[in-house]
Amino acid sequence: MAEAEATAGRLSLYSYWRSSCSHRARIALNLKGVDYEYKVVNLLKGEQSDPEFVKLNPMKFVPALVDGDSVIGDSYAIALYLEDKYPEPPLLPHDLQNKALNHQIASIVASGIQPLHNLTVLRFIDQKVGAGEGVLWTQQQIERGFTAIENLIQLKGCAGKYATGDEVQLADVFLAPQIYAAIERTKIDMSNYPTLARLHSEYMAHPAFVAALPGRQPDAPSPS
Amino acid sequence: MASDDSSNVPLQELTGAAAATAAVVPPVKSPKLKLYSFWRSSCSQRVRIALNLKGLEYEYKPVNLLANEQSDPEFERLNPIKYVPALVDGETIVADSFAILLYLEDKYPQYPLLPQDPKKRALNIQIASIVGSSIQPLQNYPVWNFIEEKLDSNEAIKWTQHHINRGFTALEKLLKGCSTKYATGNEIQLADVFLEPQIYGGIKRFGIDMSVYPVLARLHEAFLEHPAFLAALPEKQPDAPSL
Repeated sequence: MAEAEATAGRLSLYSYWRSSCSHRARIALNLKGVDYEYKVVNLLKGEQSDPEFVKLNPMKFVPALVDGDSVIGDSYAIALYLEDKYPEPPLLPHDLQNKALNHQIASIVASGIQPLHNLTVLRFIDQKVGAGEGVLWTQQQIERGFTAIENLIQLKGCAGKYATGDEVQLADVFLAPQIYAAIERTKIDMSNYPTLARLHSEYMAHPAFVAALPGRQPDAPSPS
Repeated sequence: MASDDSSNVPLQELTGAAAATAAVVPPVKSPKLKLYSFWRSSCSQRVRIALNLKGLEYEYKPVNLLANEQSDPEFERLNPIKYVPALVDGETIVADSFAILLYLEDKYPQYPLLPQDPKKRALNIQIASIVGSSIQPLQNYPVWNFIEEKLDSNEAIKWTQHHINRGFTALEKLLKGCSTKYATGNEIQLADVFLEPQIYGGIKRFGIDMSVYPVLARLHEAFLEHPAFLAALPEKQPDAPSL
């Protein structure tokens, strides 16, 4: 074990500044206080299809995490891997109901919202259905998902300072990038989602979340 | 394993599978477990498999997606996103198949679905995520209905096939050289629970050619010999249409 850790060295995260899935992994790494090397994968230039990257993640998605000889693609797998390897601070509560709720919220984002408005889907819609239809579609998917999450949080009465209590948990790691993108890029009207809007301001005040923001990444375009 | 208390479900087709599964893990009487499910929902199928593997009895509560029963206010209270499956365990309500599976894994540790080894664990979560986030949601009814409405059902089928094939291509690469009985070992794990419903649905409903995915095809054959998987098949469910 000690030998493996000595040779493992620094983790590398393959990321794109604007990718909300990469954003989740960046938040998790920052929360756990893990130093990592940022490896750029420019999605707009198609670098996810470079043979070297496909070897790391056959799905050709960012993020991918390299930890010694371990390669982990997928933000959910990365988050849970980090949770196991770096138990402090914990992202999942011991209470089974609250733990399940965190997974449920994370899954609504990771399965129910984000995949429905990623690059592939939007290109298809703009090409086949009509230019600009992708924007409307994205809005609808986000609104559907945000309505569900807002209702879920209110139903469970679980929110504290953060989504499921007073500590940052897995749900927050997944929510923050989705809310940020919804506000910045899709211009969603957050007045319908008071809890999510409040959570957004909490995230924007938390150092680990701020350092993970798209505009703070090495590959973010410099402001003109 | 499953029962619907409101219909006359012939038990003989369940007994064989249930008895065989009982030989692996003795059934645990948990009448407080209720699973809201639709026969054809691959997400529901995942949970059915896991409940069977863990030897957990449950009450089957059908939600007819084709009749929009997921929009009933009572069901929306159980799952605000209005998807199946949802699980009720006494006072606890959990929705989303991934959340349900991880909950079952914690609460009922018999027949563990996640290995201890961190790399193998991560691989299981990654495979589950590929299926659960990158394949299945793209064929789910919001997307399907949108494409069918704006274009036509042929485009919806082609779209679905494209994403299944894309996902299966990646999975085949991830599982290249797999020499174990199941995806990540000689016991069923989380990856298998996610893989089979996607493969089964891909073949039955979308005509996916599995000959280009030899590892997945081999795994599929192995799953079809497992009692827990057989009992979870869509056509075995109480709400499946009779032939």
